[in-house]
Parts: sequence; structure tokens; C-alpha cells
Amino acid sequence: MAALTREETEALIQEVLEVYPEKARKDRAKHIMVNDVSLESSKKCITSNRKSLPGVMTMRGCAYAGSKGVVWGPIKDMISISHGPIGCGQYARGGRRNYYVGTTGIDSFCEINFTSDFQEKDIVFGGDKKLAKLISEIEMLFPLNKGISIQSECPVGLIGDDIEAVAKKAAVEIGKPVVPVRCEGFRGVSQSLGHHIANDSVRDWILSNRDGQAFEKTPYDVAILGDYNIGGDAWASRILLEEMGLRVVAQWSGDGTLAEMENTPNVKLNLLHCYRSMNYISRHMEEKYGIPWMEYNFFGPTKIAESLRAIAAHFDDHIKEGAERVIAKYTPLMNEVIAKYKPRLQGKKVMLYVGGLRPRHVVGAYEDLGMEVVGTGYEFAHNDDYDRTIKEMGDATLIYDDATGHELDEFVKAMKPDLIGSGIKEKYVFHKMGVPFRQLHSWDYSGPYHGYDGFAIFARDMDLTLNNPCWGLLKAPWSKAAQEEQKLVA
Amino acid sequence: MANIMIRRNDKGYVFYMPKRDIEDSILSMEFDTPEKWGGEIRLGNGGVYFIEPQAAPARLPISVRAKRLDGVE
Repeated sequence: MAALTREETEALIQEVLEVYPEKARKDRAKHIMVNDVSLESSKKCITSNRKSLPGVMTMRGCAYAGSKGVVWGPIKDMISISHGPIGCGQYARGGRRNYYVGTTGIDSFCEINFTSDFQEKDIVFGGDKKLAKLISEIEMLFPLNKGISIQSECPVGLIGDDIEAVAKKAAVEIGKPVVPVRCEGFRGVSQSLGHHIANDSVRDWILSNRDGQAFEKTPYDVAILGDYNIGGDAWASRILLEEMGLRVVAQWSGDGTLAEMENTPNVKLNLLHCYRSMNYISRHMEEKYGIPWMEYNFFGPTKIAESLRAIAAHFDDHIKEGAERVIAKYTPLMNEVIAKYKPRLQGKKVMLYVGGLRPRHVVGAYEDLGMEVVGTGYEFAHNDDYDRTIKEMGDATLIYDDATGHELDEFVKAMKPDLIGSGIKEKYVFHKMGVPFRQLHSWDYSGPYHGYDGFAIFARDMDLTLNNPCWGLLKAPWSKAAQEEQKLVA
Repeated sequence: MANIMIRRNDKGYVFYMPKRDIEDSILSMEFDTPEKWGGEIRLGNGGVYFIEPQAAPARLPISVRAKRLDGVE
């Protein structure tokens, strides 16, 4: 095994940080650690959720990205207005591949960019009138929408528009929920605060809408929280839960609807996949409605089996049997997948740098395939995420928070992973360096990767990427020839 | 003063501050009887907070106001 020892990893960190000015070096050193599985808390070793340094290249997004792109955007029957200049909405449109069932433009609206398209005069005179007009236009053109959310972009906060007043007035006029979301991009240090703001606005404007209304309950009602149905992930998770006998009342928010969200306070248990983006609302529901919540992990057969059993433990024997039945049904299939791909992937090293849950959640899936994760890190995690990560990762592996372009490049050059899993911003840099790469934000236009069905696709995709013959063809013919000549001379 | 949420897990009380997203175990609570509950609480990260002593809540989690006395934020 070529994995580095603790001393070597520490030396590597020092070497990489060498190029920074002293102040920056001191700051960045706090964000990188060598893992020690015996630690209970990450606080002493890693600092997270701090403002990125000016001058370094960060991969982070903004609060608007966290609210519109992650939490609100995938709700299919609500229209999310990108309130402000046109670019924020247009360049983020459809980027996350949140799949849904529905007819776009008739009853589903995720793929369409609704924006108030701010011009100079809206900055000078305010955009409230335009917003009110926009909402009534939407209502006329798309009467089947179930509600509207107003996602503020930076200028709205800067000029001090009162979108709450517009929203309240419009909600009365059209008789549907209109939710103002104060997720201006300058708030917070990353998209993480956008998740929080979005959760808070769901709590304040949506969640209690149906309190006191009749709802046909069963003892097996659950809600899937923090699954954004990227490439169909939520569907692959949902069928497993339904197969074991549970009733999935709501999907938050991939392929989810407003009605589902409003019905969520009636469930027995909230199942939380992306802890970072939806723990806030889970905590609120626990306090207000007494609904317990638990985190689960549907990446790779080992973790799925663990999670299914943990979920079943909250219910009676009927569900526990169901969980065992589901596990027994899929185990032979999974063994086939592993038998096929493990010999091709065994012993390969992976480096990850993703968003909120995958740096720790996919570790189990790679391990099922005999691969080893040598480095991982989050763009916008908080310390509670790192507390959870320390347990998942091997000893003396590298963990980095808000890694910069320079750091990632150098770590990859030194550690020579066989595969990198990260996002679109990193993808082509590493392709040019000749390292196999998979996007772990959008699954590189593949997916789903959740659930048992997803694992088969995950394994196939990793094999397709890693063992692709193109990696041997990256050198230009003339530079190859020169090398061979040198060899001959020597 | 800040809003905090106190919940219980299998190990004991857990402290959570939504504003700063700080979650930590509560190592000790000054008063923990049905009639009097709260007072000085000590966290795993070294923080010390004070909750106005009150009757123990009927159900957890509960959001309360707390004052930071000492330790990291």
C-alpha cells in the first residue's frame, strides 16, 4: 500500500503551505489535518465554516446557491423566482439535475428560469413593483403552480427592498403561499448559510400551513429529508423504504411537492440523508411536533444494510422483517456487482473533495469496491460534519476544509490518487493533469448512486472512468517520441 | 443571550445553538430535578452557559435563552 504515514502526510501539508505568505499559511494550516480516528471531536484539529482567504481560489458557492439551487429549486410544483439580475438564475439553471415527474411549464417548473431581470432603474427606484407584476404574470401564465418562492440575489438586500410586504400582499391576491427568502449571496461564508436560511423560511412560511387539518396516518409514515433526487437518487432510495413496508409521505426536496412538505409534520420519523442542508428543519420538527430524526447513508451495500436496520429499529417487527427481507433480496445482486468490479478496482486510491455529505458518505461505497479513500474534504462543512468524518476515514488520511486550487493540485501531485471525486470546477484541471476524475456533485450526468440499484451504476461508472484507455493516450506523440529517444540514448 | 436548543440522546443532554451551528454534549447541568432545571451548563468544548433555572420541560427538545459565561464561542 502506498498510503502515506502520519509523518509523511504532515510533511506534505507543510510543503504545500510553504508558498503562502506567513499570515495566510497560519490560517490555512488550521483548515488541514491528518486524521486520527481516536479523536472524539474535530474542534482542536480543524477549523471550518470560516471566510475564505482573499487571493486563494476557493470552490465555494453563495447563500443564494444554497437556497435556490439546493433546497427550494427542486420543489417541482413551486416557482422559484430569482429576484435580481438575470445571471444568477440563468447560469445555475438545471445544473444540479434534480429529476422530477411532471410536465415542465405546465405543472412542474424546476427547469425554467424565472427572474425579475434587474436593470439599472430597478436598482435606483427599487424592484418591488416589478416583483408584484412578475408574480401576477406568473399566476396568469402558469396557473397550475402551487406556490411561489422569492429567492433574493445580492442587490435586493443592498438596496433594501421589502420583499416580505410584496409577498404577503401577493399571497392574499393569488391565494397561494408566496415565500420571501432572504438568501442574498453576500450572507455568510458559503452556501451553507443559504441552506439554513432556506430551512428557516420553510419553517416560517410552509411547514405549519396544514396544522390541524385531517390527515390519514399510518404507523409507518416517514419523510425523506435532504435527498435532492440527483439523477434519480431519491427514487432509488424510496423504493427500498417502500419495499420494507414504510410509507414515504414526503421527499425533501428532490421530486417533492408543496403538499408533501406541508404534510411532513404528520410523519413518525424523519430520515435525513444530507445532514448539512436539512438538519435545521429536522431539529425544528423534533421540537415542535416531536418527530425524531435520524441520519442514514444509502451509498454502498454495507452502509445501506446498516442504515436499513437502523431505520427499522425505530419501528415494530413487521418493518424489521421487511428490512431483513430487502437486504436478503439484494445481497446476491450486490455480490455479483462486487465480484465483477472489485478485481478491476481493488487497491486503487481515491481522493474526494465535495460538498455537504458525500466526503464521508461515499467512503463506504468505495471500500465495498476494495478502494481506499486517502484524502477527503468539504467545501462548506461545519465542525459537526468533521466529527462524523473522522470516524469514517482511515487513520493518517488527509482531511482538508475549503481547499484552495493550489492545495488540491499539490496534494494530488504528491499523493497520486488513481481517482478523484469532486465537482465541475475541479474536473478539467485534473483531466489535464491526466488523473481519472468523476464528478460527485452531479454524478457526471449519470446516476442514481443511492440505494442498491445506484450502487451497481456507481461501480460501473468508477470502472469506466478508472480503467478507461484514454488515460494512456494523454501524452502528445512528439513528447512521447522524445522520451523514448532519451531512453534509447540512455 | 442566545437561543439554544437542548435535546437528549442516548448519552445525555445535547446542546445546539442554531445561530452559530454549534452542537456539543452537555457534561454537567447545575440543576436537573423536575422542579428546578437549568443553571450553569458545561459543554464538551469547554463552553459554559447559563440557563435561567425553571421547571423541567415536559418534553425535549426545547428552545431556551442562554447566556454565555465562558469558553469558546
